[in-house]
Amino acid sequence: MLDAILSGLRLAATLDLRLWEIVGLSLAVSLSAVALATLLGLPLGAAIAVGRFPGRQAVIVVLNALMGLPPVVVGLFVYLLLSRAGPLGELGLLFTPQAMVIAQTVLVLPIIAALAWQAVEDAWREYEEQLRSLGVDGLHGALTVLWDIRFSLVTAVLAGLGRASAEVGAVMIVGGNIDGVTRVMTTTIALETSKGDLPLALGLGMVLIAIVLALNAAAQMIKEAAQRRYG
Amino acid sequence: MNAILPLRLEEVSFAAGGRVIIERVSLSLEAGPSTIILGANGAGKSVLMRLMHGLLAPTSGRVAWSGEGARRRQAMVFQRPVMLRRSAYANVDYALKVAGVQAAQRDRLATEALEEVGLRQVAQRPARVLSGGEQQRLALARAWALHPEVLFLDEPTANLDPGATREIETIIKAFDAAGTKVVMSTHSLGQARRLGDEVIFLHQGRAAERSAIERFFPHPASPEAAAFVKGELAWA
Repeated sequence: MLDAILSGLRLAATLDLRLWEIVGLSLAVSLSAVALATLLGLPLGAAIAVGRFPGRQAVIVVLNALMGLPPVVVGLFVYLLLSRAGPLGELGLLFTPQAMVIAQTVLVLPIIAALAWQAVEDAWREYEEQLRSLGVDGLHGALTVLWDIRFSLVTAVLAGLGRASAEVGAVMIVGGNIDGVTRVMTTTIALETSKGDLPLALGLGMVLIAIVLALNAAAQMIKEAAQRRYG
Repeated sequence: MNAILPLRLEEVSFAAGGRVIIERVSLSLEAGPSTIILGANGAGKSVLMRLMHGLLAPTSGRVAWSGEGARRRQAMVFQRPVMLRRSAYANVDYALKVAGVQAAQRDRLATEALEEVGLRQVAQRPARVLSGGEQQRLALARAWALHPEVLFLDEPTANLDPGATREIETIIKAFDAAGTKVVMSTHSLGQARRLGDEVIFLHQGRAAERSAIERFFPHPASPEAAAFVKGELAWA
């Protein structure tokens, strides 16, 4: 066991090429998915917080339900969409990194949208009268609030990133865990552990933990600095 | 100069959650005299001002301005100022931008407004780290930059110490001197006397009395106002 940990550390420390390819793809997929989900989720959350439109309650229920959706179910759903017989089959995206980005976007979007909605709603309660008094309309007001609380929204984005980088089910199903093409950290860890190759699994596990820690530390520092600067 | 006054309220009522907060208030606000809306806590002062300013829609009755584009020609300063997380200057600039003022004029107007309220030195400081009094002055600068014809102030000094209150009152007088119609709610008799020309006394959602300030204090006409003045003076 100790041996396995040590060789895992060695693998991680010597920047084994195969390992870094896997790490790189993992980051590319998860960061792309989170970027897409942020782009869609923040305006969606703000619209729910500020807007009063028919079907708003339904959107909230669906969003909350989607937050707890198991990744394998999302993977299955995207798989069906992208499979050759599916509605988007012609795009030929199944078992590509793009398919993994789509699956993770679907997975992460509800989290970012729901957390953004709560943050914007709290802020809107404070800002609404003042902004309306100045003559700001709903859409412009939502954007103003989003921008004003942008540093608090880092938390929402991080929660999304946490879910994306930790999940294995969705990328496994739509990516297929193909060596050198769609193999990412979590699918490798699952595979290598079942094969009994603990050093690689452990090495990747440690890299994963280190990356998540570093991202969270960076985000925390940005938030603190912003708080000091803007109050 | 004043194109949107008089403001007419016709039988305006407002109810929320089954409670009547404003009951059949009819009045007319003319350009010129500073109007104080006086009353105890819960009398409906804040709601009445929000109805006038258009932040609330009356449950029944009508709020009618005389001129076109009234929305853009009035401003309101709230009890607790709400500042965006940006510099003091940028907060004023934001209000001007929303009002559709050209970029070329915004800088001059914002700088003038900050100068007027004595915040020129802290223009680049983040608005939210300013003191409560400074933030309220910044709220007044934001209104000043817009050169409104009517300025509503909802208990603007309720959270401030006497020094900050004095500074705010000085700025409110400057608005009046510049030709802006001042409509302010307060429960402070001293403030009403210092800033007001006339009083609308609100009691349980009804306009119980309206009279000139020099008449109101020695001789309140309604028993409610008399009781309020007497009660408040006991504490003054």
